[in-house]
Amino acid sequence: MTPASWPCPLPGGGSAGEYALVFDSGRQDRLLIVPALFDEGNKLRRLAFDVMRRLDAAGIDCFLPDLPGCNESLQRLEAQKPQDWLDATVAAARHFGITHVLGMRGGCLLTPAGLPVWHYAPVKASALLRQLLRARVLSSREAGREERREELEETARTSGIELAGYRMGAAFYRSFEDMVPSGDAVIIPQESIGGSGLWLRAEPDENRAQADALAAMIMTGIGA
Amino acid sequence: MHDHTDLLLRQILTDVLGLKQGQADSFDAETGLFGHLPELDSMAVAGLLTELEDRLDIVIEDDEIDGEMLETYGGLLTFAEGKRAGQ
Repeated sequence: MTPASWPCPLPGGGSAGEYALVFDSGRQDRLLIVPALFDEGNKLRRLAFDVMRRLDAAGIDCFLPDLPGCNESLQRLEAQKPQDWLDATVAAARHFGITHVLGMRGGCLLTPAGLPVWHYAPVKASALLRQLLRARVLSSREAGREERREELEETARTSGIELAGYRMGAAFYRSFEDMVPSGDAVIIPQESIGGSGLWLRAEPDENRAQADALAAMIMTGIGA
Repeated sequence: MHDHTDLLLRQILTDVLGLKQGQADSFDAETGLFGHLPELDSMAVAGLLTELEDRLDIVIEDDEIDGEMLETYGGLLTFAEGKRAGQ
């Protein structure tokens, strides 16, 4: 696995380099993984790597890009809008010559159209936000501040908000909150790979059996 | 009802805390949760409550969440059973 750079479009025109972790041997089958979002991205990163290693061994090239404003990106998260992320995944798919796509959890909201797509444990944006807002209410209460979810949502829509350390702009929040995964994907529910979702864990963890099962489903789907 | 909720709650805690299967069997009413287990931070508790809602098919309002219900296993179980009975 090696880091690679790819040109990610900027909202005002032009592009800026973003990183991706890749297994690229110029093979025919090339899978883009759109990572899980926010806190879940950390929890599922190991699973994504483990799946990539298995697919590489099966002869499939794999690409895990950073979305602008996330992970190693030099862009500000607060300046992003969901459309920028959609443009980013489309650009990554084009740059790497992608043939198949796997979205993980919130990443399923951002999978580019027009290619065969799998959605692993897809989630609506509203469900992701509900959990982040709840975490904020809980931590504020622990600190002796009383906050209400409805008021936080209103603040988020008008002036942006920081949730679990992620600073989201108002424009981001307003278009993100109604997003749902597109209906043209093959869904891989958690039950089909066994065990419970690693995004639930309080601490990031790994699970080889789940990685085996998820990779096997992708291999079968690609026909590799 | 009691046994089913109890089993589900132990399973959710197993999933959130990454416990080995069976490890949560030793939880009793006095077992400390939020504030006792360092890994159970606000994000993890938010996840736990969301799982609870999905798997028990209940809705938990923010103002229902208080320190008492989260402090011990017994407190959380009593809360979950009360919510299910109220459906």
